Amino acid sequence: MEIHQCRIDNLRRLIVNREVSAEEVCRSFIDRISDKDKDINAFITVNERAVEVARSLDSRIASGQADLEAPLLGIPVALKDLICTRGLKTTAASKVLCNYIPPYSATIVNKIEAAGGVILGKTNLDEFAMGSSTETSWYGPTKNPINHLYVPGGSSGGSAAAVAAGLSPCAIGTDTGGSIRQPASFCGVVGIKPTYGRVSRYGIIAFASSLDQAGTIAANVSDAATLLQVISGFDSLDSTSCKKKVPNFASEISADVKGLTIGLPKEYFVDGIDAEIRNKLEVTIESLRHQGVEFKEVSLPSVEYAIGVYYIIATSEASSNLARYDGVRFGLRSEEARNINDLYCLSRDQGFGREVKRRIMLGTFALSSGYYDAYYLQACKVRRLLQNEFLEAFKHCDVLLSPVTAQPPFKLGEKLSDPLSMYLSDIYTISTNLAGLPGMSVPAGKNSLGLPIGVQLTGPHFDEQRLFNVARAIELIGGGV
Amino acid sequence: MNSEGSGSRNSESVYEAVIGLEIHAQLLTGTKLFCGCSTRFGGGDNEHTCPVCLGLPGALPILNRRAIELAIRAGVALRCDINQESVFSRKNYFYPDLPKGYQISQYDRPICSNGQVRFFVDEKEILVRLTRAHLEEDAGKSTHDGDGTFVNLNRSCVPLLEIVSAPEIASAAQAAEYARMVRLILLFSEVCDGNLEEGSLRCDCNVSIRRKGASTLGTRVELKNINSFRFIEKAIDFEIQRQIDVVDGGGQIIQETRLYDSDKNRTVSMRTKEEAHDYRYFPDPDLLPVRISPLWIEEIKRLLPELPLERIERFCSQYQLARHEACMLVQTRDLANFFEEVAKNSGNPKAAANWIMGELVGTLNENKLNISQSPVSAQHLAELIQQINTGKISGKIGKMVFEEMVRTSRSPNLIIKEKGLVQVLDESQISIWIDEVVAQNPDQVVQYRAGREKVYGFFVGQIMKLSHGQASPELTNKLLIARLKKP
Repeated sequence: MEIHQCRIDNLRRLIVNREVSAEEVCRSFIDRISDKDKDINAFITVNERAVEVARSLDSRIASGQADLEAPLLGIPVALKDLICTRGLKTTAASKVLCNYIPPYSATIVNKIEAAGGVILGKTNLDEFAMGSSTETSWYGPTKNPINHLYVPGGSSGGSAAAVAAGLSPCAIGTDTGGSIRQPASFCGVVGIKPTYGRVSRYGIIAFASSLDQAGTIAANVSDAATLLQVISGFDSLDSTSCKKKVPNFASEISADVKGLTIGLPKEYFVDGIDAEIRNKLEVTIESLRHQGVEFKEVSLPSVEYAIGVYYIIATSEASSNLARYDGVRFGLRSEEARNINDLYCLSRDQGFGREVKRRIMLGTFALSSGYYDAYYLQACKVRRLLQNEFLEAFKHCDVLLSPVTAQPPFKLGEKLSDPLSMYLSDIYTISTNLAGLPGMSVPAGKNSLGLPIGVQLTGPHFDEQRLFNVARAIELIGGGV
Repeated sequence: MNSEGSGSRNSESVYEAVIGLEIHAQLLTGTKLFCGCSTRFGGGDNEHTCPVCLGLPGALPILNRRAIELAIRAGVALRCDINQESVFSRKNYFYPDLPKGYQISQYDRPICSNGQVRFFVDEKEILVRLTRAHLEEDAGKSTHDGDGTFVNLNRSCVPLLEIVSAPEIASAAQAAEYARMVRLILLFSEVCDGNLEEGSLRCDCNVSIRRKGASTLGTRVELKNINSFRFIEKAIDFEIQRQIDVVDGGGQIIQETRLYDSDKNRTVSMRTKEEAHDYRYFPDPDLLPVRISPLWIEEIKRLLPELPLERIERFCSQYQLARHEACMLVQTRDLANFFEEVAKNSGNPKAAANWIMGELVGTLNENKLNISQSPVSAQHLAELIQQINTGKISGKIGKMVFEEMVRTSRSPNLIIKEKGLVQVLDESQISIWIDEVVAQNPDQVVQYRAGREKVYGFFVGQIMKLSHGQASPELTNKLLIARLKKP
């Protein structure tokens, strides 16, 4: 078996036992990136210091100084370029930050490094995480490794593609409206967005503060669980992070789903879902039923409003979060600026892409005097209703099962001229963010064009373990090992 | 609502002024409102900064608990209701010294509501109600230079308490006294150091006029960043008159922000309402609502130091001081404490007040010292007063001793002993001196008996000279008058 095909726990064991060195592991991924990434464009930046870090890890292992229990010992990890890394360029895939080198690292980066992980590089994304295809990146689109004519999904398209193409064993993405789950589904890998508050947001460039969460992308359920455990936990630097104890996700995975009840939200199973996606879902349902799972119909009436609610709340928060990109202290500053007004207008006009501008304007409008009550406030109230409906549904079932998207991966360029159509593709994923629930995408096969199809699990707050368990069962159905 | 007249030159004015003050007080926390950077004044440019107060990508705010504590304490001192749940909101606008492009403030759910401040203007008690007091982060400081603007973010994210009065202050004089009292309250409750010149206390005034007796408010004008109490009064006086002149001339008041030019004693337009911002307030999703327990509020109430007005009133009742005397002694906590120590130890509060407000403060001012640097300690001053009280020395000698105390910081008892300044009360000794002076000045005796009363002072002077000032003035008078009557 090749290095890039190994599970993290196996790779780790090889490194600990010194059957392979961390440096060798790192080099093998770097070589694969050099070879294949020009066709995929998953990475914005490859960490030039990665091999050096791996090498020093090896010498600490050799000298007995390394903590051999470290869960990611010598394991390379790719980070979505929305996550601040000290001394390593962090761009948010935007021209506005094309020259920005953070003076500090995100908490999750510190955690990964403390666990022995090696930061491999920064992956491509939709600019400021605003998009569902990774086509709005200043650094050009990422291609779906399965078929280069298709999008990898977004906004964490680079992270999903990197894992799918074997360019990194695992990756961190962020998910505000589906940006981990949808690309994971499109690329045929596992992706989980944890409960809001489970993972620290400190050092993660903010898009929509009440919706953003970092999560993990990996080739299999166990690896996604291992990485999630490392990055989870309370952070005193993030007022919205939660003090709940982090379970040992990976070691507690159990594929025994007998006796579980899985809810099927009736509002999700409507006409318009691609036939092959619907088919894969039905196959999954049947297989799980054979394993003793009971299925129940539940209702989430307010999901009808979810897209509207999401695009008001997310854009409102984004319009405020992106105000700091003004060319004053860091980032792009227009050279034509002759006064302060120019400085702001020209720098931001030249620095932001169309989709980002579109969302800033939407959000500014929704918050403006005379409209706040009708839009933002109203959206918050509906959001609360939606959350209550989920809580009610979970009284009757343990997890929810649904499609990740209504349509399979689309071609590059196909939806760029129709933003609304792009927005509507989030329909199955955004409610999860609005309610702060954990959500996961698990591969469920391929369609007739060979493009990956995933299924989505949504769980109660802080019940990621349950998601891993059911996901593991689904993975085994699909022949996973 | 007070019905005192406006500051108009025309005392028969048809108009009355309506004034509201917004005071921003920097809270005395050691670190900033949402990060651990130091709030210490000064420091190198942008020295006290971190990703949070620089507004770097990915940074998040974390609330400083001590700021909440001080805000509650200030709220209690200002007689506000402390809201058990309050929310931080984002106030969005663009300016180079506002790094995030928004200020974290409080909008519809502030930490304190209502409140009131009592103070005196010309012996008359005024009560001004407060609307609210809320917490917010300060912005950095911009310095404009010929070439451009420099931004120093040391001040960014320093905690401010914004104290908003109801629009019911009726004159410029009242506004200045209100501001003085608010400052004193904040000082006494150890919440702010009240330094107007350095900017730890900032005052914006909202001024409007209307016809006397009208119930609606006129268009208001905001006067910004006036940095002394005297200027507050002058700026408001000017503005009231300016508005009256505009209206009398048939014009309309434009809602705008004006700056006070202290050199020319006038207000100048800064920006009009058309350029005013829509701040797009919304609750900050990075921060949790602030929950304050009633127990915590009670604890803070319990530990609140005595407030200025209470102290003034206590001085009046406990020490029988006049209000204006008490007000002068309560200008700072240190001065009030000094007075009380002297009053208690000397047993003569009136004398204590007189000595402090007269001789001592005069001396301190001359030497640019504050009370804590006084060369004369409270204990020593009390001793001096006692010596005069018991008649050991005369008041006049006391002044001499005081001067020596200022010069050397030594105890009055020692000085009196050393210099032999004890007052002579022995009538036979005084009589000897009187006899000697009378014997040596027969012409003056004749003049006095002939009716020239002024000569009396000459005799007293001679006796004092002979006795080195130690003859008791009262006894000297008694015996001298009697002696001069005798043939």
